[in-house]
Amino acid sequence: MLTKRIIPCLDVRNGRVTKGVRFKDNIDIGDPVEMAVAYSEGGADELCFYDITASAERRPIDIGMVEAVARAVRIPFAVGGGIASLADMERVILAGAEKVSVNSLAVRTPSIISEGAARFGRQCIVLGMDPVRSERTPSGYEITVRGYRERTGIDAVEWARRAADLGAGEIVVNSVDADGTRAGFELEITRLIADAVDVPVVASGGAGSPAHVVAALRDAHADAAIVAGMIHSGEYTILDIKRALSTAGLPARMRW
Amino acid sequence: MIAIVDYRAGNLTSVRNAFAAIGAETTVTRDPAAIRTAERVVFPGVGAAGSSMANLRVLDLVDAVRDAARTKPFLGICLGMQILFDRSEEDGGTDCLGILPGQVRRFPSIPGVKVPEIGWNQVNGDIEYYFVHSYYAEKGPYTVGVTEYAGVEFTSAVRKDRLVAYQFHPEKSGRFGLDLLREFVSC
Repeated sequence: MLTKRIIPCLDVRNGRVTKGVRFKDNIDIGDPVEMAVAYSEGGADELCFYDITASAERRPIDIGMVEAVARAVRIPFAVGGGIASLADMERVILAGAEKVSVNSLAVRTPSIISEGAARFGRQCIVLGMDPVRSERTPSGYEITVRGYRERTGIDAVEWARRAADLGAGEIVVNSVDADGTRAGFELEITRLIADAVDVPVVASGGAGSPAHVVAALRDAHADAAIVAGMIHSGEYTILDIKRALSTAGLPARMRW
Repeated sequence: MIAIVDYRAGNLTSVRNAFAAIGAETTVTRDPAAIRTAERVVFPGVGAAGSSMANLRVLDLVDAVRDAARTKPFLGICLGMQILFDRSEEDGGTDCLGILPGQVRRFPSIPGVKVPEIGWNQVNGDIEYYFVHSYYAEKGPYTVGVTEYAGVEFTSAVRKDRLVAYQFHPEKSGRFGLDLLREFVSC
């Protein structure tokens, strides 16, 4: 049976992993490669790296870091943040990342999804989206871009459907309202999107306990969940989360 | 020497890194002669069957790959497993290498079942490996590993003489995946 994936997310700024609440108050929590190895050995099913400052500062992705991670871990990982072109995607993939995640770029230039899928295969192209609660759009959620700074007026569910049609192989639903709060995933928008598209959906933003992860995977129909602060802080381990999944009757990879 | 066949079907960095992690030296090549002289051949592949078969023909690699698959330790991975079969439904129907009997089909569309299958799934009801695919090979005479997804029990591992091939990615399947690469290197 296909297991539900637990994906630690590492926000990288100037070569260090940081964690903040809603992109504010970032604190240094470690070396990306060391943390990647530790999480891989701790049972992570996949990893994701976001160069959170790349886009705002118009700075390219740190390819050396991607290569170092690819040499160090034997599980898949995705890289996002600061991807500005097909050439950027190619650099990240050639450096050893399985997947590249586009977010603001895809909103501005949706054809990057289809072009990326045609060039590298749709399994390589992850659409990241940052929906925020909104009364302006039919689903009640609106897409934001540029690290939540700008609202777009685009309906989150419509955008997910369109991105999947264009060739996104996976969609990460990162709730702006929940991100960094550790108060639980935004289940409603996660479920709306998981039920609307036929590609895997990853819940992101707000994980604070194994029970939150169970809720996203069971009640909100997500295929995978991104976790950050709850494991970075040492409060929980990936094993804790996997055990909670098993207890809840969700398929989890328990041997690694 | 272990030759990794580069036929423009996806990224080979992960495969190279994984062999490096077990101390095995590899060379990436699209030279038919290098494949013929290699001790072992790795046939990876990510992408679509149609364009990959076209690439093999354009690069004049079809015969070299066929011969290697029949005569020496040979490891197919993912699409590199699928195109060893007779035919794939992908790209409107693609004639493949015909080294293994059988068909490659697309997962059925079932509400609530996501395609591609992405993630860790069990082989023969035991250890999980990392899969990423929308098409699967039907079970056949050389199937040694089966996996279940979308209501289908498909071939996730095949073995025929010195050829072994996996639908999943041993290079991305943690230490259990590395064990399979070690087995290939020492067979």
